[in-house]
Amino acid sequence: MAEDKLLHESPSQTAGPYVHIGCLPNFCGIGGVYAADPGSVLVNADTRGERIAITGRVFDGEGEPVKDAVLEIWQADAAGVYPSASDPRGDADPNFFGWGRAAADLATGEYRFETIRPGRVPFAEGRLQAPHVTCWIVARGINMGLQTRIYFADEAEANAQDPLLALVEPRARIDTLIAASDGDGSYRFDIHLQGARETVFLDI
Amino acid sequence: MSGESAGGRFLPRERDWHPPALAPDYRSSRLRSPRAPLLSLPSTLSEETGPVFGHVSIGELDHDLVHNYAAAGASALGPRILVHGYVRDQSGRPLPHTLVEIWQANAGGRYRHPNETYIAPLDPNFGGCGRCLTDADGHYRFQTIQPAPYPWPNGPNSWRPAHIHFSLFGEAFAQRLVTQMYFEGDPLIELCPIVQAIPRADAIDTLVARLDMDAALPMDMLAWRFDLVLRGRDQTYFDNRTEGL
Ligand SMILES: [Fe+2]
Repeated sequence: MAEDKLLHESPSQTAGPYVHIGCLPNFCGIGGVYAADPGSVLVNADTRGERIAITGRVFDGEGEPVKDAVLEIWQADAAGVYPSASDPRGDADPNFFGWGRAAADLATGEYRFETIRPGRVPFAEGRLQAPHVTCWIVARGINMGLQTRIYFADEAEANAQDPLLALVEPRARIDTLIAASDGDGSYRFDIHLQGARETVFLDI
Repeated sequence: MSGESAGGRFLPRERDWHPPALAPDYRSSRLRSPRAPLLSLPSTLSEETGPVFGHVSIGELDHDLVHNYAAAGASALGPRILVHGYVRDQSGRPLPHTLVEIWQANAGGRYRHPNETYIAPLDPNFGGCGRCLTDADGHYRFQTIQPAPYPWPNGPNSWRPAHIHFSLFGEAFAQRLVTQMYFEGDPLIELCPIVQAIPRADAIDTLVARLDMDAALPMDMLAWRFDLVLRGRDQTYFDNRTEGL
Protein backbone atom coordinates (compact mmCIF):
# COMPACT_ATOMS: atom_id res chain seq x y z
CA MET A 1 0.00 0.00 0.00
CA ALA A 2 1.43 3.38 -0.96
CA GLU A 3 2.21 5.86 1.81
CA ASP A 4 -0.55 8.24 0.64
CA LYS A 5 -3.19 5.55 1.18
CA LEU A 6 -2.27 5.15 4.80
CA LEU A 7 -4.77 6.19 7.43
CA HIS A 8 -3.71 8.61 10.12
CA GLU A 9 -3.34 7.25 13.63
CA SER A 10 -6.12 8.43 15.96
CA PRO A 11 -4.80 11.57 17.66
CA SER A 12 -3.82 11.14 21.29
CA GLN A 13 -5.61 12.94 24.12
CA THR A 14 -4.63 13.16 27.76
CA ALA A 15 -5.69 10.33 30.07
CA GLY A 16 -6.81 13.07 32.48
CA PRO A 17 -6.98 12.98 36.27
CA TYR A 18 -9.49 10.13 36.44
CA VAL A 19 -7.58 7.54 34.40
CA HIS A 20 -7.86 5.13 37.32
CA ILE A 21 -11.59 4.69 36.73
CA GLY A 22 -10.98 2.90 33.45
CA CYS A 23 -7.55 1.40 34.09
CA LEU A 24 -7.52 0.55 37.82
CA PRO A 25 -11.14 0.83 39.02
CA ASN A 26 -10.63 -1.09 42.26
CA PHE A 27 -7.74 1.24 43.14
CA CYS A 28 -10.06 4.27 43.04
CA GLY A 29 -12.89 2.64 44.96
CA ILE A 30 -14.99 1.20 42.13
CA GLY A 31 -15.33 -2.35 43.40
CA GLY A 32 -17.28 -5.25 42.05
CA VAL A 33 -17.01 -4.50 38.34
CA TYR A 34 -13.69 -6.22 37.57
CA ALA A 35 -12.59 -9.01 39.91
CA ALA A 36 -9.13 -7.44 40.12
CA ASP A 37 -7.24 -4.53 38.62
CA PRO A 38 -4.56 -5.32 36.07
CA GLY A 39 -1.63 -5.59 38.41
CA SER A 40 1.77 -4.27 39.26
CA VAL A 41 3.00 -7.74 40.32
CA LEU A 42 4.23 -9.55 37.19
CA VAL A 43 5.51 -12.72 38.85
CA ASN A 44 4.00 -15.83 40.37
CA ALA A 45 5.67 -18.65 42.31
CA ASP A 46 6.73 -20.43 39.10
CA THR A 47 8.10 -17.48 37.13
CA ARG A 48 11.72 -18.05 36.12
CA GLY A 49 14.33 -15.43 36.93
CA GLU A 50 15.71 -13.10 39.55
CA ARG A 51 13.01 -11.23 41.47
CA ILE A 52 13.36 -7.47 41.39
CA ALA A 53 11.25 -4.53 42.46
CA ILE A 54 11.22 -1.16 40.70
CA THR A 55 9.94 1.83 42.62
CA GLY A 56 10.04 5.54 42.02
CA ARG A 57 8.10 8.72 41.47
CA VAL A 58 7.26 10.96 38.54
CA PHE A 59 8.13 14.65 39.05
CA ASP A 60 6.87 17.75 37.25
CA GLY A 61 8.90 20.79 36.17
CA GLU A 62 8.79 22.25 39.68
CA GLY A 63 9.92 19.03 41.31
CA GLU A 64 6.45 18.18 42.65
CA PRO A 65 5.48 14.50 42.52
CA VAL A 66 2.82 13.70 39.92
CA LYS A 67 0.36 11.89 42.16
CA ASP A 68 -2.20 11.11 39.49
CA ALA A 69 0.20 9.31 37.12
CA VAL A 70 -0.36 5.77 35.88
CA LEU A 71 2.62 3.78 34.63
CA GLU A 72 2.83 0.65 32.54
CA ILE A 73 5.81 -1.57 31.88
CA TRP A 74 6.54 -4.14 29.17
CA GLN A 75 9.57 -6.39 29.27
CA ALA A 76 11.09 -9.66 28.14
CA ASP A 77 11.29 -12.75 30.33
CA ALA A 78 14.47 -13.89 32.08
CA ALA A 79 15.75 -15.39 28.82
CA GLY A 80 15.13 -12.22 26.82
CA VAL A 81 11.98 -13.53 25.06
CA TYR A 82 8.77 -11.51 24.87
CA PRO A 83 5.50 -13.28 25.74
CA SER A 84 3.92 -11.97 22.55
CA ALA A 85 2.75 -13.49 19.27
CA SER A 86 5.02 -10.98 17.50
CA ASP A 87 8.18 -12.46 19.02
CA PRO A 88 9.15 -14.99 16.32
CA ARG A 89 11.22 -17.03 18.76
CA GLY A 90 8.18 -18.14 20.79
CA ASP A 91 8.51 -20.20 23.96
CA ALA A 92 8.46 -17.36 26.45
CA ASP A 93 8.07 -18.33 30.11
CA PRO A 94 4.37 -19.31 30.43
CA ASN A 95 4.41 -17.94 33.99
CA PHE A 96 5.41 -14.47 32.91
CA PHE A 97 2.99 -12.02 31.29
CA GLY A 98 5.57 -9.29 30.66
CA TRP A 99 3.20 -6.39 31.23
CA GLY A 100 2.12 -4.53 34.33
CA ARG A 101 0.28 -1.38 35.35
CA ALA A 102 0.67 0.69 38.51
CA ALA A 103 -0.87 3.87 39.83
CA ALA A 104 1.25 6.44 41.61
CA ASP A 105 0.14 6.58 45.23
CA LEU A 106 -2.49 9.33 45.50
CA ALA A 107 -0.79 10.70 48.66
CA THR A 108 2.93 10.25 47.93
CA GLY A 109 3.23 9.67 44.18
CA GLU A 110 5.26 6.48 44.71
CA TYR A 111 4.79 3.60 42.25
CA ARG A 112 6.06 0.05 42.57
CA PHE A 113 6.39 -2.96 40.25
CA GLU A 114 7.42 -6.47 41.28
CA THR A 115 8.93 -8.33 38.36
CA ILE A 116 12.04 -10.25 37.24
CA ARG A 117 15.27 -9.02 35.72
CA PRO A 118 14.72 -9.22 31.95
CA GLY A 119 17.20 -11.04 29.73
CA ARG A 120 18.96 -9.39 26.81
CA VAL A 121 16.85 -8.85 23.72
CA PRO A 122 18.25 -9.08 20.17
CA PHE A 123 18.73 -6.01 18.01
CA ALA A 124 19.54 -5.80 14.30
CA GLU A 125 22.78 -7.22 12.85
CA GLY A 126 23.29 -9.78 15.56
CA ARG A 127 23.74 -7.18 18.27
CA LEU A 128 22.12 -7.43 21.69
CA GLN A 129 20.28 -4.81 23.70
CA ALA A 130 21.10 -4.38 27.37
CA PRO A 131 18.44 -5.67 29.81
CA HIS A 132 15.69 -3.05 29.89
CA VAL A 133 12.06 -2.48 30.73
CA THR A 134 9.86 -0.32 28.49
CA CYS A 135 7.96 2.22 30.55
CA TRP A 136 4.94 4.30 29.52
CA ILE A 137 3.52 7.17 31.56
CA VAL A 138 0.16 8.92 31.38
CA ALA A 139 -1.39 11.59 33.61
CA ARG A 140 -3.39 14.78 33.55
CA GLY A 141 -1.37 17.33 31.55
CA ILE A 142 0.39 14.69 29.43
CA ASN A 143 -1.14 15.00 25.97
CA MET A 144 0.43 11.83 24.65
CA GLY A 145 1.69 8.88 26.68
CA LEU A 146 5.42 9.26 27.31
CA GLN A 147 7.66 6.34 26.59
CA THR A 148 11.04 5.69 28.14
CA ARG A 149 13.22 2.73 29.15
CA ILE A 150 14.49 1.50 32.48
CA TYR A 151 18.03 0.11 32.33
CA PHE A 152 19.93 -1.25 35.34
CA ALA A 153 22.95 0.38 36.99
CA ASP A 154 24.57 -3.00 37.72
CA GLU A 155 24.63 -3.97 34.01
CA ALA A 156 27.41 -1.56 33.10
CA GLU A 157 29.02 -3.83 30.52
CA ALA A 158 25.77 -4.53 28.66
CA ASN A 159 24.72 -0.88 28.94
CA ALA A 160 27.97 0.17 27.28
CA GLN A 161 27.05 -1.96 24.24
CA ASP A 162 23.39 -0.98 24.07
CA PRO A 163 22.38 0.49 20.68
CA LEU A 164 19.75 2.84 22.15
CA LEU A 165 21.90 4.19 24.97
CA ALA A 166 24.61 4.84 22.37
CA LEU A 167 22.34 7.46 20.76
CA VAL A 168 21.71 9.54 23.88
CA GLU A 169 23.06 13.10 23.67
CA PRO A 170 24.40 14.79 25.69
CA ARG A 171 25.95 11.70 27.27
CA ALA A 172 25.16 12.84 30.81
CA ARG A 173 21.46 12.28 30.09
CA ILE A 174 22.06 8.48 29.95
CA ASP A 175 21.80 8.51 33.74
CA THR A 176 18.11 9.43 33.47
CA LEU A 177 17.48 5.98 31.91
CA ILE A 178 19.33 3.94 34.52
CA ALA A 179 17.67 2.63 37.66
CA ALA A 180 19.86 2.81 40.75
CA SER A 181 20.25 -0.39 42.73
CA ASP A 182 19.26 -0.21 46.39
CA GLY A 183 20.60 -3.75 46.87
CA ASP A 184 18.49 -6.88 47.47
CA GLY A 185 17.04 -6.70 43.95
CA SER A 186 15.37 -3.42 44.56
CA TYR A 187 15.77 -0.58 42.06
CA ARG A 188 14.80 3.06 42.11
CA PHE A 189 13.69 4.80 38.91
CA ASP A 190 12.46 8.37 39.19
CA ILE A 191 11.08 10.11 36.13
CA HIS A 192 11.46 13.88 35.59
CA LEU A 193 9.00 15.26 33.08
CA GLN A 194 10.81 18.59 32.76
CA GLY A 195 13.81 20.54 34.04
CA ALA A 196 17.54 20.01 34.49
CA ARG A 197 17.11 16.29 35.15
CA GLU A 198 14.48 15.71 32.44
CA THR A 199 14.24 12.01 31.55
CA VAL A 200 15.06 10.98 28.00
CA PHE A 201 11.74 10.15 26.34
CA LEU A 202 11.55 8.06 23.20
CA ASP A 203 9.91 8.34 19.81
CA ILE A 204 10.33 4.72 18.82
CA MET B 1 19.28 -14.07 15.86
CA SER B 2 17.84 -11.33 13.65
CA GLY B 3 16.14 -9.05 16.13
CA GLU B 4 13.16 -8.84 13.78
CA SER B 5 9.60 -9.21 14.97
CA ALA B 6 7.03 -11.24 13.05
CA GLY B 7 5.25 -8.16 11.68
CA GLY B 8 8.08 -5.77 10.98
CA ARG B 9 8.90 -2.20 11.88
CA PHE B 10 6.36 0.42 12.80
CA LEU B 11 5.81 3.60 10.87
CA PRO B 12 7.14 6.64 12.68
CA ARG B 13 4.50 8.58 14.58
CA GLU B 14 3.18 11.68 12.84
CA ARG B 15 4.05 14.08 15.61
CA ASP B 16 2.38 17.06 13.88
CA TRP B 17 -0.93 15.15 13.80
CA HIS B 18 -0.96 14.60 17.57
CA PRO B 19 -1.12 17.36 20.18
CA PRO B 20 2.32 18.69 21.21
CA ALA B 21 3.49 17.98 24.77
CA LEU B 22 3.19 21.67 25.66
CA ALA B 23 -0.17 23.25 24.89
CA PRO B 24 -0.11 26.39 27.10
CA ASP B 25 -3.90 26.90 26.99
CA TYR B 26 -4.18 23.49 28.66
CA ARG B 27 -2.63 24.63 31.93
CA SER B 28 -1.68 21.24 33.32
CA SER B 29 0.60 20.64 30.33
CA ARG B 30 2.89 23.53 31.25
CA LEU B 31 4.81 21.72 34.00
CA ARG B 32 4.24 18.22 32.70
CA SER B 33 5.68 18.60 29.20
CA PRO B 34 9.19 17.45 28.33
CA ARG B 35 11.18 20.22 26.65
CA ALA B 36 14.06 18.24 25.14
CA PRO B 37 13.38 16.61 21.75
CA LEU B 38 12.29 12.97 21.93
CA LEU B 39 15.01 10.45 21.07
CA SER B 40 13.85 9.03 17.72
CA LEU B 41 14.90 5.64 16.47
CA PRO B 42 13.36 2.77 14.51
CA SER B 43 11.26 0.31 16.52
CA THR B 44 12.98 -2.76 17.96
CA LEU B 45 11.62 -6.08 19.15
CA SER B 46 10.78 -4.35 22.46
CA GLU B 47 8.23 -2.09 20.77
CA GLU B 48 7.11 -4.53 18.04
CA THR B 49 5.81 -6.97 20.65
CA GLY B 50 3.05 -6.39 23.18
CA PRO B 51 0.88 -8.06 25.80
CA VAL B 52 -1.81 -10.50 24.69
CA PHE B 53 -4.95 -10.08 26.77
CA GLY B 54 -6.72 -13.16 25.45
CA HIS B 55 -6.31 -14.79 28.85
CA VAL B 56 -7.97 -11.92 30.73
CA SER B 57 -11.41 -13.10 31.55
CA ILE B 58 -13.70 -10.34 30.42
CA GLY B 59 -16.88 -10.43 32.49
CA GLU B 60 -20.27 -10.64 30.84
CA LEU B 61 -21.16 -7.07 31.88
CA ASP B 62 -17.75 -5.47 31.48
CA HIS B 63 -18.84 -3.75 28.23
CA ASP B 64 -22.20 -2.69 29.70
CA LEU B 65 -21.81 0.47 31.79
CA VAL B 66 -25.59 0.73 32.12
CA HIS B 67 -25.56 -2.35 34.32
CA ASN B 68 -22.02 -3.27 35.43
CA TYR B 69 -22.19 -1.17 38.62
CA ALA B 70 -25.95 -1.15 39.09
CA ALA B 71 -27.90 -2.90 41.82
CA ALA B 72 -29.80 -6.00 40.73
CA GLY B 73 -32.72 -4.93 38.57
CA ALA B 74 -31.53 -1.31 38.40
CA SER B 75 -29.72 0.61 35.69
CA ALA B 76 -27.70 3.81 35.35
CA LEU B 77 -29.49 7.14 34.88
CA GLY B 78 -29.21 9.01 31.59
CA PRO B 79 -29.80 8.58 27.88
CA ARG B 80 -28.96 4.99 26.97
CA ILE B 81 -26.47 4.81 24.11
CA LEU B 82 -24.53 2.22 22.17
CA VAL B 83 -20.96 3.13 21.20
CA HIS B 84 -19.29 0.96 18.60
CA GLY B 85 -16.74 0.92 15.82
CA TYR B 86 -13.66 -0.74 14.38
CA VAL B 87 -10.06 -0.71 15.53
CA ARG B 88 -7.67 -0.84 12.58
CA ASP B 89 -4.05 -0.08 11.89
CA GLN B 90 -2.87 2.60 9.50
CA SER B 91 -2.99 0.24 6.54
CA GLY B 92 -6.66 -0.47 7.30
CA ARG B 93 -6.08 -3.94 8.71
CA PRO B 94 -8.54 -4.81 11.50
CA LEU B 95 -7.00 -5.48 14.90
CA PRO B 96 -8.84 -8.48 16.35
CA HIS B 97 -9.01 -9.59 20.00
CA THR B 98 -7.36 -6.45 21.32
CA LEU B 99 -8.25 -4.83 24.63
CA VAL B 100 -10.32 -1.62 24.63
CA GLU B 101 -10.88 0.13 27.98
CA ILE B 102 -13.15 3.15 28.51
CA TRP B 103 -14.08 5.50 31.35
CA GLN B 104 -16.44 8.43 31.60
CA ALA B 105 -18.47 10.81 33.76
CA ASN B 106 -22.10 10.09 34.55
CA ALA B 107 -25.17 11.76 33.05
CA GLY B 108 -24.60 14.78 35.32
CA GLY B 109 -20.92 15.17 34.38
CA ARG B 110 -19.64 13.69 37.65
CA TYR B 111 -16.87 11.08 37.92
CA ARG B 112 -16.77 8.40 40.60
CA HIS B 113 -13.25 9.22 41.85
CA PRO B 114 -11.67 10.33 45.16
CA ASN B 115 -10.20 13.50 43.56
CA GLU B 116 -13.51 14.58 41.96
CA THR B 117 -15.11 17.73 43.45
CA TYR B 118 -17.90 18.68 41.03
CA ILE B 119 -21.26 19.37 42.71
CA ALA B 120 -23.31 17.20 40.33
CA PRO B 121 -24.52 14.07 42.14
CA LEU B 122 -23.12 10.58 41.88
CA ASP B 123 -25.44 7.99 40.38
CA PRO B 124 -25.45 5.03 42.79
CA ASN B 125 -25.95 2.74 39.79
CA PHE B 126 -23.09 4.05 37.65
CA GLY B 127 -19.39 3.25 38.07
CA GLY B 128 -18.03 4.62 34.80
CA CYS B 129 -15.63 1.91 33.62
CA GLY B 130 -15.94 -0.63 30.81
CA ARG B 131 -13.77 -2.91 28.73
CA CYS B 132 -14.00 -5.45 25.93
CA LEU B 133 -11.87 -7.28 23.39
CA THR B 134 -12.46 -6.49 19.71
CA ASP B 135 -13.97 -9.39 17.78
CA ALA B 136 -12.33 -11.22 14.86
CA ASP B 137 -13.14 -8.25 12.58
CA GLY B 138 -11.69 -5.65 14.95
CA HIS B 139 -15.15 -4.49 16.03
CA TYR B 140 -15.92 -3.32 19.57
CA ARG B 141 -19.20 -2.40 21.22
CA PHE B 142 -20.17 -0.79 24.53
CA GLN B 143 -23.49 0.15 25.98
CA THR B 144 -23.50 3.07 28.33
CA ILE B 145 -25.23 6.34 29.14
CA GLN B 146 -24.53 9.67 27.48
CA PRO B 147 -22.00 11.50 29.68
CA ALA B 148 -22.60 15.21 30.33
CA PRO B 149 -20.13 18.07 29.82
CA TYR B 150 -18.47 19.22 33.04
CA PRO B 151 -16.57 22.26 34.34
CA TRP B 152 -12.88 22.00 35.21
CA PRO B 153 -10.30 24.26 36.81
CA ASN B 154 -8.33 25.49 33.79
CA GLY B 155 -9.49 28.97 32.79
CA PRO B 156 -12.10 31.03 34.65
CA ASN B 157 -14.99 29.21 32.92
CA SER B 158 -13.70 26.03 31.29
CA TRP B 159 -16.00 23.17 30.32
CA ARG B 160 -15.11 19.85 28.76
CA PRO B 161 -17.31 18.69 25.88
CA ALA B 162 -19.10 15.42 26.61
CA HIS B 163 -16.54 12.66 26.06
CA ILE B 164 -15.57 9.07 26.68
CA HIS B 165 -11.93 8.20 27.43
CA PHE B 166 -10.48 5.29 25.41
CA SER B 167 -7.37 3.18 26.09
CA LEU B 168 -6.10 0.84 23.36
CA PHE B 169 -3.33 -1.72 23.07
CA GLY B 170 -3.30 -3.12 19.54
CA GLU B 171 -0.89 -6.01 19.11
CA ALA B 172 2.39 -4.26 19.93
CA PHE B 173 3.43 -1.82 22.62
CA ALA B 174 4.35 0.67 19.84
CA GLN B 175 0.59 1.00 19.24
CA ARG B 176 -0.34 1.89 22.82
CA LEU B 177 -2.75 4.83 22.71
CA VAL B 178 -5.04 6.78 25.01
CA THR B 179 -7.53 9.20 23.50
CA GLN B 180 -11.04 10.61 23.92
CA MET B 181 -14.23 10.31 21.90
CA TYR B 182 -16.47 13.33 21.40
CA PHE B 183 -20.05 13.62 20.14
CA GLU B 184 -21.01 15.11 16.78
CA GLY B 185 -22.60 18.53 17.15
CA ASP B 186 -21.24 19.38 20.61
CA PRO B 187 -20.52 23.16 20.60
CA LEU B 188 -17.96 22.75 23.42
CA ILE B 189 -15.53 20.85 21.15
CA GLU B 190 -14.38 24.13 19.60
CA LEU B 191 -13.88 25.75 23.00
CA CYS B 192 -11.90 23.01 24.71
CA PRO B 193 -8.13 23.57 25.08
CA ILE B 194 -7.51 19.83 25.41
CA VAL B 195 -9.21 19.13 22.09
CA GLN B 196 -7.76 22.23 20.45
CA ALA B 197 -4.24 21.17 21.43
CA ILE B 198 -4.57 18.92 18.38
CA PRO B 199 -3.10 21.13 15.65
CA ARG B 200 -5.34 20.12 12.72
CA ALA B 201 -9.11 20.35 12.31
CA ASP B 202 -9.18 17.18 10.20
CA ALA B 203 -7.39 15.33 13.00
CA ILE B 204 -9.90 16.58 15.59
CA ASP B 205 -12.70 15.43 13.30
CA THR B 206 -11.49 11.81 13.57
CA LEU B 207 -12.23 11.90 17.33
CA VAL B 208 -15.86 12.96 16.80
CA ALA B 209 -18.31 10.05 16.86
CA ARG B 210 -21.19 10.12 14.38
CA LEU B 211 -24.81 9.38 15.15
CA ASP B 212 -25.45 5.93 13.65
CA MET B 213 -29.18 5.37 13.15
CA ASP B 214 -28.57 2.03 11.43
CA ALA B 215 -27.11 0.65 14.64
CA ALA B 216 -29.63 2.29 16.99
CA LEU B 217 -31.94 -0.10 18.84
CA PRO B 218 -35.54 1.10 18.31
CA MET B 219 -37.29 2.09 21.56
CA ASP B 220 -34.08 1.37 23.45
CA MET B 221 -30.78 3.07 22.52
CA LEU B 222 -29.33 5.57 20.08
CA ALA B 223 -25.99 4.52 18.62
CA TRP B 224 -22.73 6.38 18.00
CA ARG B 225 -20.05 5.16 15.62
CA PHE B 226 -16.42 5.74 16.53
CA ASP B 227 -13.59 4.09 14.58
CA LEU B 228 -10.02 4.07 15.86
CA VAL B 229 -6.72 3.78 14.02
CA LEU B 230 -3.52 2.55 15.67
CA ARG B 231 0.02 2.77 14.28
CA GLY B 232 0.75 0.65 11.23
CA ARG B 233 3.76 -1.35 10.18
CA ASP B 234 6.07 -0.33 7.39
CA GLN B 235 4.36 -2.10 4.47
CA THR B 236 7.18 -1.67 1.96
CA TYR B 237 9.33 -3.67 4.31
CA PHE B 238 6.60 -6.24 4.92
CA ASP B 239 5.64 -6.60 1.22
CA ASN B 240 9.23 -7.21 0.23
CA ARG B 241 9.64 -9.89 2.82
CA THR B 242 6.50 -11.78 1.88
CA GLU B 243 6.90 -11.59 -1.89
CA GLY B 244 6.22 -14.95 -3.51
CA LEU B 245 4.34 -16.38 -0.54
FE1 LIG C 1 -12.82 13.26 31.30
